[in-house]
Amino acid sequence: MKDLASCALDTATQRGATYADVRVVDERGRALATKNAKISNASDSRSQGFNVRVLVDGAWGFASSADLSRASVESTAAQAVAIARASAKVKQKDVQLVSEKAVTAEWSTPHKIDPFSISIEQNLALLQKIDSELRSVKGVTLAETNMNFRREELWFFSSAGADIHQTKVTTGAGYVAYSFAGSEIQKRSYPNSFGGQWQNKGYELIDELKLVENARRIGEEAVALHGADQCPEGAFDIILESSQLGLQIHESVGHPIELDRVLGMEANFAGTSFLTLDKLRTLKYGSELVNVVADARQEHGPGLGTFAFDDEGVPAQCTPIISNGLFTGYLSSRETAALIGLQRSGGTLRAESWNRLPMIRMTNISILPGEKPLTGEQLISSTDHGILFQTNRSWSIDDKRYNFQFGTEIGWEIKNGKRARMLKNPSYSGITTEFWNSMDAICSRDEWTLWGTPNCGKGQPQQVMGTGHGAAPARFKKVKVGSAYKGN
Amino acid sequence: MLTQEQAADIFSRIRKYSTADEVEGLFYGGRSALTRFANNTIHQNVAEENYGVSVRTVFGGRTARATTNRFDDQSLKDVVKASEDLARVQEPDGDLLPVPNASEGARATQAVPSRHFAETAAVTPEQRAEGVGKIVSIAQKHKLTTAGIFSSSESIEAIFNSRGLNNWHTQTSAEISITMLAPDSSGWQKSNSPSVANLNPQVLAEIAAKKAVESATPREIAAGKYTVILEPAAVLDMTGFMFFDFGGLAILDQRSFLNNRIGKNLFGENISIWDDVAHPLQSGPSFDGEGVRRQKIHLVEKGAVKRLVYARASTEKMRKSEYADKVGPVEPTGHGFPIPNEMGEGPMNIVFESPRNPKSVEQMIASTERGILVTRLWYIREVDPYEKILTGMTRDGTFLVENGKVVCGVRNFRFNQSLIEMLSNVEQMSTPVRTSGEESFDMVVPAMKVRDFNFTEVTKF
Repeated sequence: MKDLASCALDTATQRGATYADVRVVDERGRALATKNAKISNASDSRSQGFNVRVLVDGAWGFASSADLSRASVESTAAQAVAIARASAKVKQKDVQLVSEKAVTAEWSTPHKIDPFSISIEQNLALLQKIDSELRSVKGVTLAETNMNFRREELWFFSSAGADIHQTKVTTGAGYVAYSFAGSEIQKRSYPNSFGGQWQNKGYELIDELKLVENARRIGEEAVALHGADQCPEGAFDIILESSQLGLQIHESVGHPIELDRVLGMEANFAGTSFLTLDKLRTLKYGSELVNVVADARQEHGPGLGTFAFDDEGVPAQCTPIISNGLFTGYLSSRETAALIGLQRSGGTLRAESWNRLPMIRMTNISILPGEKPLTGEQLISSTDHGILFQTNRSWSIDDKRYNFQFGTEIGWEIKNGKRARMLKNPSYSGITTEFWNSMDAICSRDEWTLWGTPNCGKGQPQQVMGTGHGAAPARFKKVKVGSAYKGN
Repeated sequence: MLTQEQAADIFSRIRKYSTADEVEGLFYGGRSALTRFANNTIHQNVAEENYGVSVRTVFGGRTARATTNRFDDQSLKDVVKASEDLARVQEPDGDLLPVPNASEGARATQAVPSRHFAETAAVTPEQRAEGVGKIVSIAQKHKLTTAGIFSSSESIEAIFNSRGLNNWHTQTSAEISITMLAPDSSGWQKSNSPSVANLNPQVLAEIAAKKAVESATPREIAAGKYTVILEPAAVLDMTGFMFFDFGGLAILDQRSFLNNRIGKNLFGENISIWDDVAHPLQSGPSFDGEGVRRQKIHLVEKGAVKRLVYARASTEKMRKSEYADKVGPVEPTGHGFPIPNEMGEGPMNIVFESPRNPKSVEQMIASTERGILVTRLWYIREVDPYEKILTGMTRDGTFLVENGKVVCGVRNFRFNQSLIEMLSNVEQMSTPVRTSGEESFDMVVPAMKVRDFNFTEVTKF
């Protein structure tokens, strides 16, 4: 790989690049799925390729190819330079990068069991067992299960001398029970929607998830939702269980802190952000209890945003985003850090694969658990009247990340500190900062889970990326509930 | 570009390495480039070339797929083995069909126009930069900043199988999307075509700029039910959410909003919709994920859903099901996705029928006493899968219309709107046009004037 990279870097610099980097990626994936006892997906994938990113005349160029031959490497590097020269024809000023020490490093996702070492028969048998549990519940009309594994080997070289080799392993699994009756389709997912739980971990995740043990309950809840009362409209105290809070963080904290959005670079597609530069260290984003970090380091846990180096060779870091309610940090890259006067990139540049340009992506954007011991049961018992929201069903937020609306698969009314009736079609909505300022309780470490969101879309051409979100159940005061069905 | 002869050679090697009863090779890939701009600067500029083959093997009722983007002998042996390893260990599925034969994959009876344009395949980074330069000049003329893309590509899709099916499709594509930004407003336009000659960056930029300028200092007006004029991109992104429910398997799975509703008057009588791959404004191959030829299907006739689309397997299942005599004609229509898959099939070449008396957006505005003009919608998600309630936001040019005129820009709304009700409340439509958005695949759709559109909240800008 080093020879390939040297060839590309030499070609680029000889043709005028003032900076160049090369990423080589070899990725392997496996997807297994069942639908009503039949195998609905059994597929393997393998993709290899490389890209060359260059700065020429103060502008970017990027070219990629699956052909790893020397001739292809040279022509692809030359193509990147030619593209950069075209970019330079429409620019306002030259691109600047904050400095970063070039390192030689090796890193792998810590994992106990290589997921590709487990037999296909064993995996299909597990999915069939879950399927059979789900469909043993009368009224479940569709049962779907899935299991996904990914192994990515990445090499990064730069004209500054970086030489980094990383191997990432990802495992994900989950299932859904649907129930169609009358004029309703209801569903319940486990452990989360979006294909379940996903982590940078080995096959050991599958055992930890207790998939079979929860299947019957999930099927029963899907069917029971038909008989539940409609979620009421009004202002309520609400409790979000941790996976829903994880998605709330993703949408109303993770995206608006992306510095490329803030600086207008994503305005045409993903949008911009309400977090203009004047709000850094001045905006009261949330209540005193709200502490959010962007943490890509291994010690944060096996999140989909965990790595040793980002895709421009910057080491993984922990950046305080919200500190005791105050907005304190953005997600940055070497280019965007320079644009706002930071000394160093926050190390968040990642690409979906070898044929995509690295861009600012969420790492693990996590809310820290409460310092005082508080269990989920204690949180409920301290709530007079409220609604508990579990497992995301719909999610939407405006292009500056102010107004959001979420629906969950199931809700529970809380009355006098106890979980009371089941509610169907629950939804809540609000304005980002008003919502986070209304948080008055969050559970402690024992209730904290590092969730994986495998499907975050951004960029043109669009790239799908996995992000991590640690969260514990939390309570928010007087939130608008039920608007999703208002007027319908 | 990968040629048909090269693909045929790769498939012959795959056949040689295969020990399965049947084998299929699905080829994809091409060359693409995208120039991206923001803050009046080209800030990202990328190109890629990649081809892959996805190998499906079949052993008596068992099937699986493996994909690679490397075509050397060892990689092809590996991909065949990976597919066979996944297939062999399965329990046989009695419903799995043999791969289709060559006659099922024969060309469509209707002529599908060529969608490959040499001029588009040959677009250079300099030409894209020149187009972006024109867009930036228009932004600067109006004291705006601009962000967007100018992309071009040349691609192939092909399918070969061991029963002699051999389908090949090549096409080009070009796309321009422009956002114009003012301090407290924005405007947007997007266009996509197989031929770059059909795209005019200056015209798109001027329209987007006009929207940004005219929506400046947006007024906040209360949420509620309004008459709306939805430009084609807004219609596209809303209605795109329903078409995956038009597959036979969606009915069998009981996950479609059309369950128990086929043949009934679901939408207004002015709504008729086709799936037609051969339509001159459409794009894509004339065959589906198994290689079966696509048929033209009249999905919605005067407000009633009359037809579904089917893959071969879904056809067989539907014929044996309790729904068989309630869902209209049941036959393979050439709309299947590559096997194995969870979804079955879907119509991907949607064309709304032209109304008898089309109205331009300007005529719709002129006929509106009070309403909202919507350029584009954003972050649409399904709230209720059976009532097809969708939520989302307006974006990049939302205007108050009063007494037949655009009065001012307004702050963006959140909507929670049943798609069924929306298509029952259409008062006027324009001539359908090829339209590109962000939430749906490209379709041929009209602008619509719709009464009682349900805005539930207002945001801060």
